[in-house]
Amino acid sequence: MEIVCPAGTPAALRAAVKAGAHTVYCGFADETNARNFPGLNFDRDEMRDSIAFAHDHGAKVLIAINTYPRAGDEALWHRAVADAAKCRADAVILADIGLLAFAHQNFPELRRHLSVQAAAANADIINFYGRTFGVKRVVLPRVLTVPEIAAINAETEVETEVFVFGGLCVMAEGRCSLSSYATGKSPNMNGVCSPASHVEYHEQGGQLDARLGGYTIHRVGKGEPAPYPTLCKGCFTAGSKTGHLFEDPVSLNAEALMPQLQKAGVTALKIEGRQRSVSYVSQVVRNFRAAVDALDAGRAMPEGMLVRLSEGQANTTGAYRKTWR
Amino acid sequence: MSQPLDDIPIFPRLPARFLRVAPLAPVALALNRLARRVARSHPSMFRRMGPHAHARFEIDPTDLPFVIVIEPRGGAPLVALSRQPKPCDARIAGPLAALLGMVHGAYDGDALFFSRDLTVEGDTSAVLALRNAIDAAELDLGAELAEALGPASGLVRRLTEFGERRTGVALSRHEEIETW
Ligand code: SF4
Repeated sequence: MEIVCPAGTPAALRAAVKAGAHTVYCGFADETNARNFPGLNFDRDEMRDSIAFAHDHGAKVLIAINTYPRAGDEALWHRAVADAAKCRADAVILADIGLLAFAHQNFPELRRHLSVQAAAANADIINFYGRTFGVKRVVLPRVLTVPEIAAINAETEVETEVFVFGGLCVMAEGRCSLSSYATGKSPNMNGVCSPASHVEYHEQGGQLDARLGGYTIHRVGKGEPAPYPTLCKGCFTAGSKTGHLFEDPVSLNAEALMPQLQKAGVTALKIEGRQRSVSYVSQVVRNFRAAVDALDAGRAMPEGMLVRLSEGQANTTGAYRKTWR
Repeated sequence: MSQPLDDIPIFPRLPARFLRVAPLAPVALALNRLARRVARSHPSMFRRMGPHAHARFEIDPTDLPFVIVIEPRGGAPLVALSRQPKPCDARIAGPLAALLGMVHGAYDGDALFFSRDLTVEGDTSAVLALRNAIDAAELDLGAELAEALGPASGLVRRLTEFGERRTGVALSRHEEIETW
């Protein structure tokens, strides 16, 4: 199986390639990609040089242009697709139907992947994207079980890519309004969930409060692990009860399910974390490259060491195994 | 309970106590020269910070008796040391070894945050911009210092290596070994 690794900066891209990434995904430094964070992402020159570096080392680069174009501002997204082709990207990762049509018509040679943001979760819709826009691969939303993924693969020629490690977005992707509600900015339109500009931390006496858009969304005591300030991981008090309303602050790690995912016909394993450092990228990519190589060679998979890098310092296999059903 | 990352070394108490009374001006002078040198060799770091390259940061090594105030000033950085907290746009606090380890790619900033080894306050965007810009620049303060000292560079490099072995603190950047 192919591992698809995150890079928020050229340094992270080089680290991913050196650590054994088959493929790296990244984005331009604007609202066209869903990790539009301060200080992150690539300008056009950096993208061109980074792709050349990856190609020289036998790795591929995918460019995520996976937010939804704003009415009247489509040119920004069109330019991003054109520049991806110019930079010799191996594929673009798109979510918006209009942008898929634009890329299909104007850059037919540029391979198209469907972003997780499109939330394509059954074979009918995936085949529609394949037929209509020539989509070659779909990134499946993190709501499916392994048997459901196998059922999809049995009915489509479109390759499937699934998340195997990193932060969890618990809503059917592309349909979460929590960040918009609290901050007016959304992952789908502005490329940021819980933008840093709306996040405030206060620490007093070892107790850490995180506020998003003025709302206190969690409070952790001295020595307790801190989560990301996303509303879905918020801890709220109602009446006499306090708890995580949507999701515990845990991170996805489906490493142990890799043999089943391979049997289910998955082509590529995606690692989340374009907002993370070079150090994270190196460690996680090295770990997963060793794991896929062991799997392909029929060897026992190496024991993972990644829990400390995870949000909440805890891991889950998420929806792949719906233990709550 | 959070698990601290790989037992981050803490600056020894005795020298830290000495720093409570030692004059800070020579250290500030050296840090300013180093910052200007880094600015010359990594101009893209300031571009990457965008508007936040004009913010004022308080870096608080929690095991040292002073804070470091850094103003990137769009590429003409200014560094000051203070025994009192200063009004700043953002504050980043953690053991010196965690801060240096983050600069040199030995630790992941988010992981330090999850484990509570790192505290962030104030303008979170500015902190992210700084963190990402430093990470992208792949800084090596040990090498910068050695080069700045010209003829003494060999000695500084050896001292850095010795210091790293003795303390476990990432005083310089270690190149990735290509695995594949
Ligand atoms: S709030 Fe949570 S579920 Fe919603 S987009 Fe952000 S990370 Fe995803």
